[in-house]
Amino acid sequence: MSSLNLSAHASQFQPGTSDAEIEAAGALAIRKRKIAVYFWRYFILVAFLGGWEVAVRYKWIDSFFYSSPWAIAQRMQEWIVEGTSEGPLWYHLWVTMQESLLGFFSGSIAGIVAGIALGRNKMLADVFSIYIKVINSVPRVVLAPIFVMIFGLGLTSKVALSFVMVFFVVFSNAFQGVVEADRNLLANAQILGARGWQLTRSVVIPSAMSWIFASLHVSFGFAIVGAIVGEFVGARYGIGMLINIAKGSFDAAGMYAAIVIIMVVALVAEYAMTQIENRLAKWRPAPLHEVN
Amino acid sequence: MTVQQPTPAIELINVSRRFLTPDGKSMTALRNFNMSVARGEFVAVVGPTGCGKSTVLNLITGLAKPSAGAVRVMGEPVNGIDSRIGFAFQTDALFPWRSVIDNVVAGPLFRGTPIKQAYEKAREWLSRVHLSAHESKYPHQLSGGMRKRVALAQTFINEPQILLMDEPFSALDVQTRVLMHDELLGLWSDAKASVVFVTHDLEEAIALADNVYVLTAGPATVKSVYPIHLPRPRVVSEIRYDREFIDISRTIWEDLRDEVQRSAAREETLVE
Repeated sequence: MSSLNLSAHASQFQPGTSDAEIEAAGALAIRKRKIAVYFWRYFILVAFLGGWEVAVRYKWIDSFFYSSPWAIAQRMQEWIVEGTSEGPLWYHLWVTMQESLLGFFSGSIAGIVAGIALGRNKMLADVFSIYIKVINSVPRVVLAPIFVMIFGLGLTSKVALSFVMVFFVVFSNAFQGVVEADRNLLANAQILGARGWQLTRSVVIPSAMSWIFASLHVSFGFAIVGAIVGEFVGARYGIGMLINIAKGSFDAAGMYAAIVIIMVVALVAEYAMTQIENRLAKWRPAPLHEVN
Repeated sequence: MTVQQPTPAIELINVSRRFLTPDGKSMTALRNFNMSVARGEFVAVVGPTGCGKSTVLNLITGLAKPSAGAVRVMGEPVNGIDSRIGFAFQTDALFPWRSVIDNVVAGPLFRGTPIKQAYEKAREWLSRVHLSAHESKYPHQLSGGMRKRVALAQTFINEPQILLMDEPFSALDVQTRVLMHDELLGLWSDAKASVVFVTHDLEEAIALADNVYVLTAGPATVKSVYPIHLPRPRVVSEIRYDREFIDISRTIWEDLRDEVQRSAAREETLVE
């Protein structure tokens, strides 16, 4: 691979050009491209926010509905410094995070266990697959009112909703990952002496791991959705409830501010997840870097 | 024919193997198959592609059961996966998420060897296949030949009395393959295991084996058995220019060619 790249590069140079010169030119090209990428990223961000702000100032769009970046920033500052009308922001954030995390962990653990159990047992899979399909066809958010009715306005109803949001995604990926485990690897482990649980632990789970991680990435987002929808329907605390109150008082800036807060949380979680995955998946070949 | 010893390592007596295809049809892979492998004997099995060579190995491991006839390992009928058997796969069967040493140590750990002892043993085997310097690398960081050497160490560390090999070197380039042949013969002569080596490469079969079994086009049965009297230890990279080697390849090829042609002709008629 690398020798191929080198010869492709070398053809652009005069005979007699040293390796160091070629490498320096290559490094420069990479750096230039990186700068261009970052320039466009920031440019788009600034253009978007600036355009929004300008459009509001010149009354091209109605700030009653669309608020403005400046107003949103001010609202966030107010929430952070003075707290919301319903108490400190951090407390609401903490409640939502607690619901999301509990739902995420319980849902993904249950999903992984159920996925591996059904993936390893053809009979169980054949019997239960129809029920899972049926339950899976229910749009999860319609369960929110039912959960609030059963579990009340507190934490439990939101955790339950987060749980069902997460469970099915993780379950189906874990199941698929187990079913697609390499037959050769399974046979090899068996012949080397692996029995029962050893086989599951040393082959089935590691080979399902990349499938499971793919689902964990999306499902943390789902866990937050579950918590927030639950809070919409009925809650005393939480970011979802803040949005609901902002809606009630026609406070557009408040709604957008809550959205931004959730965005930040989701991005942080995504970052953390990627870090963990990279750590666990160090055995995988690094993606080849495209050098142009 | 083969030398009959009181208890051969492997015996297949009048074995047939039928199985159901995914669309519910019954298919015969093996028919009246007879084979006997003495202890310490190296047997190569050649035959046209898709004739059921791999089925023979699956029957010996216990991964598949015979529909008729008997399969015996060390004089006893096969019942489940036998711990005295080692298997080398055609495709890569190393665990990609384990480092080289963790791959090699897998067998002893599965079998309950204490961790420290198992790792000592694994280091010893890695040095025997000249991979000590690479023990903490992952399989994807190794070349094809190195991966095969890890796979050999992984198999040999269990000290199998019977070694089954399913076209293990077919994915390697020709030069590397010859190196691996010599590596294998070296390990085999130390381990004194009985080997069944399945291949479609006739020269490979002759260079390695004591006896070469030629199978018919599927359903497979034994067409003929050729003893190879080339002296050991053999150097595979040179043996192929030997007069005797060339003569015997020609003889066996005459025999094999008909089956290969028959198999190819049938494949053409089967293609929809």
